[in-house]
Amino acid sequence: MLKIKDLKAGVEENQILKGLNLTIKAGEIHAIMGPNGSGKSTLSAVIAGNENYEVEEGSIEFEDEDLLDLSPEERAHKGVFLSFQYPVEIPGISVSNFIKTSINERRKALGIEKLSTPDLLKLMREKMELLSIQKGYLSRNMNEGFSGGEKKRNEIFQMAMLSPKLSILDETDSGLDIDALRIVANGVNKLKSKDNATIIITHYQRLLDYITPDYVHVLYNGRIIKSGGKELAHELESKGYDWITKEADKKWA
Amino acid sequence: MLDYRLNAYNIWLKMDEPDWANVEYEKPNYQDVIYYSAPKQKPVLDSLDDLDPEMKKTFDKLGISIDEQNRLANVAVDIVMDSVSVATSFKKTLAEKGIIFCSISDAIKNHPELVKKYLSSVVPVRDNFFSALNSAVFSDGSFCYIPKGVKCPMELSTYFRINEAGTGQFERTLLIADEGSQVSYLEGCTAPMRDENQLHAAVVELVALDNADIKYSTVQNWYPGDKNGKGGVFNFVTKRGVCHKNAKISWTQVETGSAVTWKYPSCILKGDNSIGEFFPVAVTNNLQQADTGTKMIHLGKNTKSTIIAKGISAGKSNGNYRGLVSISKGATNSRNFSQCDSLLMGDKCGSHTFPYIEVRNKSSQVEHEATTSKVGEDQIFYCNQRGIGTEAAIALIVNGYCKDVLNQLPMEFAVEAQKLLEISLEGSVG
Repeated sequence: MLKIKDLKAGVEENQILKGLNLTIKAGEIHAIMGPNGSGKSTLSAVIAGNENYEVEEGSIEFEDEDLLDLSPEERAHKGVFLSFQYPVEIPGISVSNFIKTSINERRKALGIEKLSTPDLLKLMREKMELLSIQKGYLSRNMNEGFSGGEKKRNEIFQMAMLSPKLSILDETDSGLDIDALRIVANGVNKLKSKDNATIIITHYQRLLDYITPDYVHVLYNGRIIKSGGKELAHELESKGYDWITKEADKKWA
Repeated sequence: MLDYRLNAYNIWLKMDEPDWANVEYEKPNYQDVIYYSAPKQKPVLDSLDDLDPEMKKTFDKLGISIDEQNRLANVAVDIVMDSVSVATSFKKTLAEKGIIFCSISDAIKNHPELVKKYLSSVVPVRDNFFSALNSAVFSDGSFCYIPKGVKCPMELSTYFRINEAGTGQFERTLLIADEGSQVSYLEGCTAPMRDENQLHAAVVELVALDNADIKYSTVQNWYPGDKNGKGGVFNFVTKRGVCHKNAKISWTQVETGSAVTWKYPSCILKGDNSIGEFFPVAVTNNLQQADTGTKMIHLGKNTKSTIIAKGISAGKSNGNYRGLVSISKGATNSRNFSQCDSLLMGDKCGSHTFPYIEVRNKSSQVEHEATTSKVGEDQIFYCNQRGIGTEAAIALIVNGYCKDVLNQLPMEFAVEAQKLLEISLEGSVG
């Protein structure tokens, strides 16, 4: 589904990703871990198409199509979804209005008819139940006055509504208390299918107690320096990153 | 009438053009302005279907087709095209209720007693430079009278349009809501493209007698000039209403047009317990300049006023809010709440707020809030990531920002106002 080859990218003169390779197949969950400043958020921004980041070299293919040629909204129409680390507020626009616009803009781009309001409401109720979201939430303004946990849950709710092919969860666990974490993880697990894939970007192993990844990668200094199964996450939890980063420092010095 | 005009003209000659507003423009040569122009043919129309197709096209471009209006029904339209009313509809339904809705020239002929009593009762001739000019030369406009206790069964609507080159349009609107009556009045304005600046100096007077309720909504998209600031309408308007006991006047306006705007719809809260409201959205783009706001003059006891002003500046434009809240000594227990928000797009536009507050008694309460924000790149990227393109994202963000005001507009106008906002901000980011 997603093939990233020798990706070099950064902000202005500052190269952050220094040759990253990653392949993801449908049905898989990949966790990307790493210390602060290793390039985790840059990776998610580049996949989503944030224009503040410049790609210098390498390629990203999504379903055998060059993703880097597409605008952020075109990528979204193809089924790329980013759960933001810091979701923004859009005052005066209700959650339901925003999601309706989002769904229908995508359908318009794909040449499908608009979703009717009853169908939309039915789908919303279904997904709200899945994520234990209270009534009244839909008429609140997008992220305005939301707590940290509510913002993150709102991201996962949108993911559930849009049913993307590739979801990137950028530090979705940060700022969540244990109950919210469980609800979010539960939602991600229920939305998992053999046709979609998820990238979980996280600092801590905590979220991985609830979502079992197929692969764990360690991102350090702009490169993936180690990959393994879910047991790698536990190893990192107990030993920290030092034992692999030192090796990498030597190799790329 | 002649005496009234001559008197106004003599007063105007002695007055100076005001220059305290935060706008810059080349002063029009008042000798060069054509003060009255009638459309080439003056068709007498049986229905709106007989309208000139050219004119229909202009309305269609505006997104306000007359067809649509007729379909939405319950909208009576009085069209002022180059100063002469060419079509009036729904007269019959209104007449049954005793409502008078006609051009002001007809009103002078047919209802002289009402015109004499109320004309210039709210905006005196010598009030300001432009009101004096208007009083001397006004050619036409709308007149409306709602009798005692009558609730107007439909929205009343007028469309103004400036057509001929070099025409100054000086309409005059007089709206009287008698005791206990209710009316919602819509005003839409448009001007086609012209290279030279056109002058527009209108006067609108509202009279809300005891327990009456007037809602006055404006959607205005007069030609703002091109990207280099060439052409466009100079819009110098005096709008004012007086509220008697327990009466209410509410001004709502969405304005995206004109090169230079100078306009302060105001309320004189004369009667006890009267209420004044002002809900404007003012958009400026390219080189447009606007100096707008309101005056809330509290004279009666327990009077209340609310101002929620939303400014949007894009391109190299300059938007100003200037508002006066004056609470007199006798206006005890009065209240005002003002909120002035500015939204900036890009880094070359400007926005200023000039609040003036005068309170002369100890039992009144005045609140003023102001915010300035920018449409953030992060907001746009967030929308993009959800599959919403940049233009649609800006429309969404701006609509959200203006929601409080758009909610005040009658339903069909709100939809048009939204479209208008989108059109006038097209291409303003990125």
